[in-house]
Amino acid sequence: MREREPEKRARGVLKALQQVAKETVLGIGGLREALFVPFLAILTALIISGLFIVISEPVVVSAYANFFQSPGYALSVTLTTLSSAYGALFRGSIGDPKEIYRALVTFSQVGDAAPLRYALYPISESLTTSVPYIFAGLAVALGFRCGLFNIGAEGQILIGGLASVWVGYNITGFPWFIHLPLALVVGALAGALWSAIAGYLKAKTGAHEVINTIMMNYLAFRLSDLLLTDPRLMGRPTGTPMTPQILPTAYLPRLLGSPLRFHAGFFMALGVAALVYWFLWKTTLGFEIRTVGANPDAARYAGMSVAKNFVLAMGLSGALAGLAGANEVLGVTHFVGGGFSPGYGFDSIALALLGKSHPLGVVLAALLFGTLRAGAAKMQILGIPIDIIQILQAMIIMFIAAPALVRLIYRLKVEREVTEVVFTRGWGG
Amino acid sequence: MPPVLELRGITKAFPGVLANDHIDFTLEKGEIHALLGENGAGKTTLMNILYGLYTPDEGEILIRGKKVEIHSPGDAIAQGIGMVHQHFMLIPVFTVTENVMLGVESTNYRVFLNRRQAAERVSQISEQYGLRVDPEAYVQDLPVGVRQRVEIIKILYREADILVLDEPTAVLTPQEVKELFAVMRSLVDEGKSIIFITHKLKEVMEIADRITVLRDGRVVGTTKPQETSLSELASMMVGREVILTVDKKPPRLGEVVLEVKDLRVRDDRGDLAVKGVSFDVRAGEILGVAGVQGNGQTELVEALTGLRPVESGEVHILGGDTTHASPRQILEKGVAHVPEDRQGNGLVLSYPLLDNLVLNTYYLPPFADSIIIQERAIIAAAKERVERFDIRTPSIFVTTASLSGGNQQKTIVAREFSRPIRLLIAAQPTRGLDVGSIEYIHERLIEKRDEDTAILLVSPELDEILTLADRIAVMYEGEIVAILPAEEATREELGLLMAGAKRLPETLTTQPREKEAVTEG
Repeated sequence: MREREPEKRARGVLKALQQVAKETVLGIGGLREALFVPFLAILTALIISGLFIVISEPVVVSAYANFFQSPGYALSVTLTTLSSAYGALFRGSIGDPKEIYRALVTFSQVGDAAPLRYALYPISESLTTSVPYIFAGLAVALGFRCGLFNIGAEGQILIGGLASVWVGYNITGFPWFIHLPLALVVGALAGALWSAIAGYLKAKTGAHEVINTIMMNYLAFRLSDLLLTDPRLMGRPTGTPMTPQILPTAYLPRLLGSPLRFHAGFFMALGVAALVYWFLWKTTLGFEIRTVGANPDAARYAGMSVAKNFVLAMGLSGALAGLAGANEVLGVTHFVGGGFSPGYGFDSIALALLGKSHPLGVVLAALLFGTLRAGAAKMQILGIPIDIIQILQAMIIMFIAAPALVRLIYRLKVEREVTEVVFTRGWGG
Repeated sequence: MPPVLELRGITKAFPGVLANDHIDFTLEKGEIHALLGENGAGKTTLMNILYGLYTPDEGEILIRGKKVEIHSPGDAIAQGIGMVHQHFMLIPVFTVTENVMLGVESTNYRVFLNRRQAAERVSQISEQYGLRVDPEAYVQDLPVGVRQRVEIIKILYREADILVLDEPTAVLTPQEVKELFAVMRSLVDEGKSIIFITHKLKEVMEIADRITVLRDGRVVGTTKPQETSLSELASMMVGREVILTVDKKPPRLGEVVLEVKDLRVRDDRGDLAVKGVSFDVRAGEILGVAGVQGNGQTELVEALTGLRPVESGEVHILGGDTTHASPRQILEKGVAHVPEDRQGNGLVLSYPLLDNLVLNTYYLPPFADSIIIQERAIIAAAKERVERFDIRTPSIFVTTASLSGGNQQKTIVAREFSRPIRLLIAAQPTRGLDVGSIEYIHERLIEKRDEDTAILLVSPELDEILTLADRIAVMYEGEIVAILPAEEATREELGLLMAGAKRLPETLTTQPREKEAVTEG
């Protein structure tokens, strides 16, 4: 009987995958739609951003000034510029395949890991950057599922980071297996409490969560300024606006060895994504949250408490955002300083939309965003402005948000159902 | 002379559905041609094609013998086609004239509105066709029947001579229906032609010159009222023999299940919508609440089911005070609620069917084990319910939005009737449904009544109330103006009560049927 175990497990995995696929189809409306439109959106965005790359390059522009004298030259300059830009983006985010191959050979023959580490640095950076994106994207997605627009992820990340850095440097004398989880949990709790305020205000008074979370962001920014600059609070005695370093017992382990920053938080993020999926689709609490998001009137009719679910969903959303901050602190920075979160919380709104508010979609979108952000640095070295990446991201979101536009461009036929469901509350899809 | 309008071989397919299958339809000048059919029979698709909202896959449209292409409502209006939608498209804070001229404003120097000129035309139209209305009145102050007249004036103002009226009687009192029919007569006398879309057989027999019946996207036949009968039309519509009357035994009255005392409820605007209502419902009886829509029935039902706060008064269910109970507490007392707005409240349209079948029992075993959803139990229950309640669906995993209205309603009925209930509150349970589904829902209601469930049935359809109810309460402007035994009620009397023209003495209002009934007040 023992031999059957792996087979059984494989079947279990297959079934789970089928389930995910089914849910994706049911939850999003067509697998083809779910994958095809984002793909075309990304492609279109790459093409249009290419245009911006080309016109921001003086050599190309001057070549076009003499287009009629030497059209071949103009075209070839265009192509070289584009290929070097996107090549840099690729090498900066995934790595240089040749270099990785050579490093692998060196490693297997000589046993020297240093070149391999160097070759893997880009992809390690991409994955590391995608960690906060996954958490923050899940946070916004969970809010969407309850019909809530959590714009406050940025502030919640900061609050989560601050709480967990405090645990990281202030609580001493514990082994890592207590210290690290404690720092994570406190970070998540702090984010949860912070955002539950907005949820509570919405549930009790009807105050709109968009306004409240925006305001809570400012509160979080100024609160962190206060905490960081005052040595009696969390600042350093030198007066530099940053917190002390956390103790090594609170570090999230780096899995590929220094200087690669790829840390265990990545796998934790994947696990949490799976957990969010399970929570939303396999528990009664998740069913309530989704029902409130899909049709609050029906939720009330079915005896669910809309107010309770607003607070719960907002709290959980904040916990996830808090975890994003905690992971950055414990896995990457090891302290909190100015510019702790370079807009992860804001990007994650777009990212949740891109991922159709589905945990799997969010993970994929987060990988894309992490990759783009990490690759942008390399493009910048070539003299291509980093803003191009922001244009690229903005384009992707724009096309995702307007699938009709993508269909129009690619002349896709719309399969209209007789009764089309219109998501009027459709931030979350 | 060629017919005013001729549709030839109109075909329109949606994925998986042939909504219109080679439909031929002609409208002669000066006739009222009824288009009769169940929901999903293709009436709306056909009219949307005529109005330029859909492009047909095949077929042609001829107007006065000339082939035309209609690509937008603008084209349709230019061809003299006007449509009165079921839901009025009027701006309440504008006057009648302003609403009528909206979009085709009379102007001075292209900038300034010329209200006087427009008002004169409105008066002239209203005189010519007997559509009495004050051009200067604000639409928000007008009763529904008059608002409908404004809609008709609106399309006449645009010089339409083919009028499409989509379920125009749904929101009217019996008296208002009479007035509408008179208007329709004078319109055709003046040379207009009318397509009258409806599913109400009696009205068709009363007003139509010709009747075309659609079923499953096809024309079943065209006939005249003199040459057919109610039961023949019904079986044409449904495709089988239909029993129009429901057999029911005399009620076996049990204990008082629902008791309402001097209930007051406010509407969304904060105005008192239910003004001191008292009644009770006993096990084994159906209390029908008749009344024109918007007379406080919605607020009454919401208050009883915990969805709307009670201003004052008391609600007792099975002896327990539920005046301020939550929807879930009321649900758990064994109260089922078939809501008025099934798509708005009763269902989550984006959910797969199976989730809607357990929408209010998902947290109870066997569907949940603490917080974990037991998918297998839900699937099994959903399959069984789909089977038992004859919900027509390709699978229990399709989105509920893809089901027809009748099957959506059956989904709600299946969910509510599959748990032990003592009181059923059904608000307009057959609104917008086809004859087959209405028949089905009626049978289920009677069945529940005979199982000793107390039933509160709210419906603006007098026929429905007269067929099902054991006692009838009439609501007018937030008050119950009469409660009378069904067998003593006549359409005429109910019509007058619904219109607020008379009321019966107070003594009747809380007395169940055994008490001697007084008829005239």
